[in-house]
Amino acid sequence: MLGLVFDILIYLCLIIGVFFNLLAGVGLLRFPDVYTRLHAGTKCTTFGSIFLIGSVILFGLRYWMLSGTIDNSQSILAIHAGIALAAILLTNPTGAHAIARAAHRSGVKPYGAVVDMLEKPDKPEKTKKKSSVRRKKNVEKQPINATLEVE
Amino acid sequence: MIEETTLMNLYYGVLCALFLTVLMAIIRIVKGPTAPDRVVGLDTVNTIVIVGMVLFGFITVQWIIIDVAIVYAFLSYISTLFIAKYLEGGKI
Repeated sequence: MLGLVFDILIYLCLIIGVFFNLLAGVGLLRFPDVYTRLHAGTKCTTFGSIFLIGSVILFGLRYWMLSGTIDNSQSILAIHAGIALAAILLTNPTGAHAIARAAHRSGVKPYGAVVDMLEKPDKPEKTKKKSSVRRKKNVEKQPINATLEVE
Repeated sequence: MIEETTLMNLYYGVLCALFLTVLMAIIRIVKGPTAPDRVVGLDTVNTIVIVGMVLFGFITVQWIIIDVAIVYAFLSYISTLFIAKYLEGGKI
């Protein structure tokens, strides 16, 4: 009975993992933009790899629990596959974040974007506007002084 | 209970599907209009190669391949960060 439950779980994990990995490939081909491609190629791959490696872990756990013999090799399989999964989960989103930041700073615009709120040269423009306003005030003050001098 | 041979054949099918995904990512690497596109394709290929290594080590009962996959994950992460830093224009 427990073996049947493990088998159904292994099949489900394999189906979900393969489906999401194929979706990642299709998304890489079909999306119009760097950021959407990054979204498809990183998130779907991470989600699919969770389930694919999870099926391997379930397989190791099944043989470890059901074999009855004292054999540590299946538990070694499960633990090492879990460490590999943890490595993927740590590194993949961080790398995606770095790629997205690099793409934005190297000047790639999102597809169909009108306003870029994260644009860097905002601050120098603001200071320029302030300085121009001050100059206008000075220009307004000068004629008054000139008239006073005339009187 | 599933017989082990049918389950192993199933895992070979899964490896073929992963190979299809790698092919699609390689098409993106070749086509990609900008450099970040190519980096995204490379990152996807790296992740799928890690998963394929784990599955292959499981099929062929050589569990040292899984340890190789762990090291490969960290090395590919370092290479991705390196390329991202280069694209950003900062000093390496």
